[in-house]
Amino acid sequence: MTLPVRSFAALFMAAAVIMGAAACSSSSNGSSASVGNAPSSSATTAPGGTIIVFAAASLKATFTKLGTEFQAANPGTTVTFSFAGSSDLVTQITGGAPADVFASADTKNMTKLTDAKLISGTPVNFATNVLEIAVPPGNPAGVKTFADLGKSSIKTVICAVAVPCGAATATIETATGVTIPAVSQESSVTDVLGKVSSGEADAGLVYVTDVKGAGTSVTGVPFAESSTAVNTYPIGALASTKSSALSQAFIAFVTGSTGQGVLSDAGFGKP
Amino acid sequence: MKASSGYAGVPRWVLAIAIIGALFVVLPLVAMVVRVNWGQLIPLITSKESTDALLLSLRTSGAATLLCIIVGVPMALVLARTRFPGQRIVRSLVLLPLVLPPVVGGIALLYTFGRQGLLKAPMDFLGIQIAFSTTAVILAQTFVALPFLVLSLEGALRTVGTRYEAIGATLGAGPTTVLRRITLPLVLPALVSGAVLSFARALGEFGATLTFAGSLQGVTRTLPLEIYLQRESDPDAAVALALVLVAVAILVVGLAHQASLGNAGGRQRLL
Repeated sequence: MTLPVRSFAALFMAAAVIMGAAACSSSSNGSSASVGNAPSSSATTAPGGTIIVFAAASLKATFTKLGTEFQAANPGTTVTFSFAGSSDLVTQITGGAPADVFASADTKNMTKLTDAKLISGTPVNFATNVLEIAVPPGNPAGVKTFADLGKSSIKTVICAVAVPCGAATATIETATGVTIPAVSQESSVTDVLGKVSSGEADAGLVYVTDVKGAGTSVTGVPFAESSTAVNTYPIGALASTKSSALSQAFIAFVTGSTGQGVLSDAGFGKP
Repeated sequence: MKASSGYAGVPRWVLAIAIIGALFVVLPLVAMVVRVNWGQLIPLITSKESTDALLLSLRTSGAATLLCIIVGVPMALVLARTRFPGQRIVRSLVLLPLVLPPVVGGIALLYTFGRQGLLKAPMDFLGIQIAFSTTAVILAQTFVALPFLVLSLEGALRTVGTRYEAIGATLGAGPTTVLRRITLPLVLPALVSGAVLSFARALGEFGATLTFAGSLQGVTRTLPLEIYLQRESDPDAAVALALVLVAVAILVVGLAHQASLGNAGGRQRLL
């Protein structure tokens, strides 16, 4: 009863997964280079090969950039990304998706994998993110503070509690005592941003990095209370990876100076 | 429908491929049923969130189907019974929502009926606000479901031909009488199956609703949106709700099939 378009999409997905699996199994690296703990990427001698990094959707811009830089710094290596919501990625990984590295937008989803013994070692926290109010350009409703979102005259869109940005929103609501009469509780930050940038909503609560990434389509209104809900991003290599050395090298690159620089430029905080 | 006596019907290889095709559709359904947490099924599907979503889905899909019939029948009649310049183009445009990704459909609706949309001035004048309301859900569902009704009905109208209508007219019946007493009874089975298809499409509608209407419990969060959200935190609940959606769809399709067979008075169904 669904559109054929969807089933084709599913087929393509299946094909992509199969091809990804093939790519993964062929990437056995015979190199025995060891990876040092040096934070600087140039000091790291990474073995050649291919790794697949599953990363939270909010990391798309930064990780794409870091991937290019990592490949430039380590000739012969290929980093492939799959970006989606953290819980989606966890579902895919537990379902056997061929990932080598997982970067989550919250510790909760990473814990699901560590509990299932799917992560090798302990994940490393590499960034933090806080919420910010996003308003359409020109701020037509004149939103200035977090308390303004409590007014029912201001149409505010937030994330549903089930998703990380919604959980953070609920934490701030509890801390400040302000209840937001939201007109919609979306399943993702992207959906909140869409409602704000189209002018449909007067305000939305998203991450600082989302506001920055959205460019001129929305304007950010920072608020001090955001510090009551800080999201921490952990990264870890999968226990099942066949490219352990390269995976560790990439993690070192993200937590090293280059990675931290790129993340900080995008608005992420220090872990 | 039984094959006529004597001839066995189809070559064996056709049957073999048909079985593979059927398995392709049925296996994923079986896989889903296997995953259902039966012990938790009743609490999962009787929670306030779930029943709100189910009732909203049934209400909006019913309303959308009604809208489809009200505007779809005249559209099919005009396409099948009249000739005008650009008719082919108009027909392909009517099909547009079939090929348009629903999310894009939602964006298009937003650009039309949204606060900053094409119809901003007349809607402001009339004081109509559609965004984030149940009306938006119904509009989104109607938009994606309409082609199913128009297509089914137009095909049936062409197959039935105009012979009876012409005879009725020569016997003195006016155009409206011909439509009411001859045309519509002739194509009733197709109208019913078209309406069922529209209802089913409206029931499963997700992308356009998410983009255009938002997601708020009891107001705009239909069953597919609830499933999408539950999946983030509780995959068991998502699967349970999906089962409800499938059960409702099968029930509706089955009932309507019976009804249309009854209405057709044993005559072969046109679709």
